Amino acid sequence: MTRYANPGSDGAIMAYESRYDHWIGGEYVPPAKGQYFENPTPVNGQPFTSIARGTAEDVERALDAAHAAAPAWGRTSAAERAGILNKLADRMEENAEALAVAESWENGKPVRETLAADIPLAIDHFRYFAGAIRAQEGGLAEIDSDTVAYHFHEPLGVVAQIIPWNFPILMAVWKLAPALAAGNAVVIKPAEQTPASIHFWLSLVADLLPPGVVNVVNGFGVEAGKPLASSPRVAKVAFTGETTTGRLIMQYASQHLKPVTLELGGKSPNIFFDDVSSADDDFYDKALEGFTMFALNQGEVCTCPSRALIQRGHYREFLDAAVNRTEKIVQGHPLDPATMIGAQASNDQLEKILSYLDIGRQEGAEVLTGGERAELGGELAGGYYVRPTILEGRNDMRVFQEEIFGPVVAVTGFDGFDDAISLANDTLYGLGAGVWTRDGSTAYRAGRAIQAGRVWTNCYHAYPAHAAFGGYKSSGIGRENHKMMLDHYQQTKNLLVSYSPKKVGFF
Amino acid sequence: MGTGPSRVTLTPAAAQLIRQLRGVHGAVMFHQSGGCCDGSAPMCFPEGELVTGEGDVLVGELAVDGVDEPVGFWMSAEQFERWRHTHLTLDVVPGRGSGFSLEAPEGVRFLIRSRLLTAEELEGL
Repeated sequence: MTRYANPGSDGAIMAYESRYDHWIGGEYVPPAKGQYFENPTPVNGQPFTSIARGTAEDVERALDAAHAAAPAWGRTSAAERAGILNKLADRMEENAEALAVAESWENGKPVRETLAADIPLAIDHFRYFAGAIRAQEGGLAEIDSDTVAYHFHEPLGVVAQIIPWNFPILMAVWKLAPALAAGNAVVIKPAEQTPASIHFWLSLVADLLPPGVVNVVNGFGVEAGKPLASSPRVAKVAFTGETTTGRLIMQYASQHLKPVTLELGGKSPNIFFDDVSSADDDFYDKALEGFTMFALNQGEVCTCPSRALIQRGHYREFLDAAVNRTEKIVQGHPLDPATMIGAQASNDQLEKILSYLDIGRQEGAEVLTGGERAELGGELAGGYYVRPTILEGRNDMRVFQEEIFGPVVAVTGFDGFDDAISLANDTLYGLGAGVWTRDGSTAYRAGRAIQAGRVWTNCYHAYPAHAAFGGYKSSGIGRENHKMMLDHYQQTKNLLVSYSPKKVGFF
Repeated sequence: MGTGPSRVTLTPAAAQLIRQLRGVHGAVMFHQSGGCCDGSAPMCFPEGELVTGEGDVLVGELAVDGVDEPVGFWMSAEQFERWRHTHLTLDVVPGRGSGFSLEAPEGVRFLIRSRLLTAEELEGL
């Protein structure tokens, strides 16, 4: 298949507007201070649209709109809300290719991933929560023959959601779908690195949403994110990002006694036991792909399997095969369906990755492949490309301990089960992990022993809506996905009812 | 500031940006972030914006020409345990954010460059 044309060029299947304002109360509203910022594509570093530079005034206006909309929205029936979520999904499905191209252009990720993963998962997420809210029931408990405790689910009201840049549409949908299903109105602040994708999404679906139920305020964290996260007018803050900002959001929320959910990343171990290499079959091939998953989305995934732990019995042969598989990764124009790895999302992200390759070398890690910026030239000159990189070293090196958020995996060996678990858990984080073995007992014991919220077992980087996702340790608080997510966006109302005419007898 | 070895220093470009931010926002502080997205990067806040506590280490106090007060550079203690063998240099690159760091709207981003501390430096620290 040929390459998709760049958005807005001849033959393109989608185009961005030249400028986006804030989406507030069902209409576009210019920023109070009249300022905009340029939004470059990582594909070639060139700006392609400008974005409203929001401030506290804009956040207040969005909160006004959300508070105006929340009561009526919260009273709609579950069937009505589910109907809207399903229509959102249908509209996205009809425009899946255009959404995939839009997200690829803004983020730099290959369109083969947005076509196969980001957009289909986002569509399914709306459908999942449409189903979950229809099937959700309250409860009743018979306290005694004349006393009943009824439990109702009620929406929180107006919630704030701060979206990361690595999956601009999917991460927005992860937060939007449960919040809307539960009956909340939302104010969203997209990442300043990827502020435009959600506006293209809105151009497709805005007519399906009652005004004020979804509001989008763009801008920088310090100017727009902070007033949103610290507002006493939000009932909850959901954030995906890093630890220091996560702490700040908790700190702000504590001042108003508001709950938060935080997803703060990881340094996920991917463990390959000796028996993986006991046959050269489909499973062995799958395990090698599982190793190479560190390059998915250019490594810009909170659960990137960025530490590969390989048992010493097959260490060298498996690692050689893994290097070989990694070197087959096709790097190129993100809108070419043959491209497997595209551009890093921003220049500072590129610089940070290069700084880690530097300290990794200084600490004595050996570069088995990659290890440098990729200068692709031509129309991709100026883009932010890094060669898929395998570093071999020790688990106490910085490149084994900090999230690089690039296509970089740090590899070391282990001697047996206990050593594997010890290394896997020797990290501040606990978001994801991978376990690869042909032995079901080993897989189960390893999965239970690893301190991480999700342990992919003989698979990796699958994100079905019906599986809970979230972190242990410094990786965050709360979960995303799964119907349990509704609890994060609902209050519990208990009506404790006595049907007895008799007094208690105290007074 | 003593004359012994330090754990953290800064480039002239970083010093210039701190002077600029100091002029707009008043005294500032840094906290080294970890984790995903914009993690593994230093965050710059108005002094005292992030409440530090027992779980944090003051890695160093940066002396910046033209800024009266030392600029504190903090890190969570558990992260410091895994970084303590390295020397950090605060630098600036063109970039886009993020978190709530003060410099993001300027189109630049603070960045940490690292090297191993020498045996002599470790002795003196």
